This record gives sequence, C-alpha cells and structure tokens, in this order.
Amino acid sequence: MLPEPTLNSYLMLSAVLFAIGTAGVFLRRNVITILLSVEVMLNAVNLTFVAVDRFRGLIDGQIIVFFVMTVAAAEAAVGLALVIALFRHKEVLTPDAFTSLKW
Amino acid sequence: MDAFLFWILALVAVTASVLVIGQRNPMYSVLLLIASFGALSGLYIQLGSPFVAVIQIIIYAGAIMVLFLFTVMLLNAQPEESPTGRLARMMTGAGPRRFGAVLSVVLALQLFWALRVLSSQNMPPGDTPATTVREIGVRLFREHSFAFEATSVLILVAMVGAILLARKESQ
Repeated sequence: MLPEPTLNSYLMLSAVLFAIGTAGVFLRRNVITILLSVEVMLNAVNLTFVAVDRFRGLIDGQIIVFFVMTVAAAEAAVGLALVIALFRHKEVLTPDAFTSLKW
Repeated sequence: MDAFLFWILALVAVTASVLVIGQRNPMYSVLLLIASFGALSGLYIQLGSPFVAVIQIIIYAGAIMVLFLFTVMLLNAQPEESPTGRLARMMTGAGPRRFGAVLSVVLALQLFWALRVLSSQNMPPGDTPATTVREIGVRLFREHSFAFEATSVLILVAMVGAILLARKESQ
C-alpha cells in the first residue's frame, strides 16, 4: 500500500516542481516558455503555503496564495505585453535577441 | 484512497511540468501546464482548501493560461530552433545550458537535503478541518483589507501598463 502523504511529501513535491521550473528558465530559449516556467515555480510555492496551512491549522497561507495569484496575473499581463512589444521589433522570441535597451 | 489520490496527482503534476519544459512548441507547453494546474487543484482539495482549488482553476487555468494561449496564437510562435550565430551559440550552446541544468539539479538536491533534516523532527498531524470560504473571507477583509485594496491598484497599474506596452507605435 502507498504511504500516507505527510507534510514532507507535499514539501518534496513542491521542491521537485520548483526545480523543474528553474530548469525550464535555464534550458528554454523561448520567452513565452520561460514565463511559463516562472508560473510553475510560483505554483510550487503556492503548494508549500497551502500544505503548511493544512498541517498547522492556519488560514493565512491561503490568503497569501490568493495574493500570489493576483500578482502572477499582473506579472503575466505585463510580461506578455513586453513579449508582444519585443516581437514587433525583432520578429523572434529568443531572449538572446533582446540584449540592447534601445534600438 | 487519499494516499493513492495524492500519488496519482503528484505524478500527473510532475510529469506535466517536465513535459512543459521539454516541449519546443509553446502551444503544447501551455496546454500541458493547464493539466499540471488541474492536478495541483486536486491536491489543494486533498489539503482541505477548496477555495484555493477553485481559484486555481478559475484564475490560473481560466484566465492566465488563456492569456498565454492568446499570445502564443497572436505571435504565431514557431517551435524554437537551434541558435544561429557564433555569439548566440556560445551563450546558449550545450555547455552553458548544461551548466544551468546542473544548477537546477543542485537546487533540487539542496531542497531535498533541507527537507530530510526537517523530517527527522516530528510533523504536526494533518487532521484540522477544511477551511471554508467564509473563514477566508472574514480574515481577508478584516486583517488583510489594506493588502486587498493595494492589490486592486496593482491590477489597475498592470492593466494600464500592459495596454501601453503592447500598443502600436502611433505616428
């Protein structure tokens, strides 16, 4: 039979997801996929908050998750607007193409 | 049953996330990330926080991922190709990328090591009742009302900023 999940299993899962997100930021050469990897990392942290909340009997972690999601939405909107603006100028999505502040 | 569900959902979340960063086509990445968010939402329900599970689906899978999907379709993003040019290959070639991968593996090992130390102490039992939306709402609007109001300003600024950034240059 599978072992009952403890707080530690949730934290381990969160660590794995966070590392996957970091690897995505390092490995991918597409601005959109890099932003997606950042979302994976944010979700890993959200899972930590909710798990600790559950095992400690708190509520505040879930409220922080609410705010994290709001900020993630704002970040995605601004980030994707930047991607669109950059794509208009260079027609590529590789981050190496965007090394100058002005063109 | 709970344990079985946890391991299934964890497996789905990890597999989908690995496939997200393993894809060359951003469209597949976005769709796989939605699957990962669905699994995480199931985990939130297991953790007794239905509120977070629901906003995970509504905000993340419903709003943010659709935004990503629209951008991918709008830009007609092609699958990424191998870098061209000497400088690009030097910066993003196999060596530096492998170094980045090694760094993230080191990060995972560090986190595991830290959690292993943690597990030797006794864990609190997870038998607290599930939190209701009412509790969260009361706490949110009583103690965190300033943060809530500040968030509305943040959203407004992000909205205006996004429109300004993505606007076509006027003549």
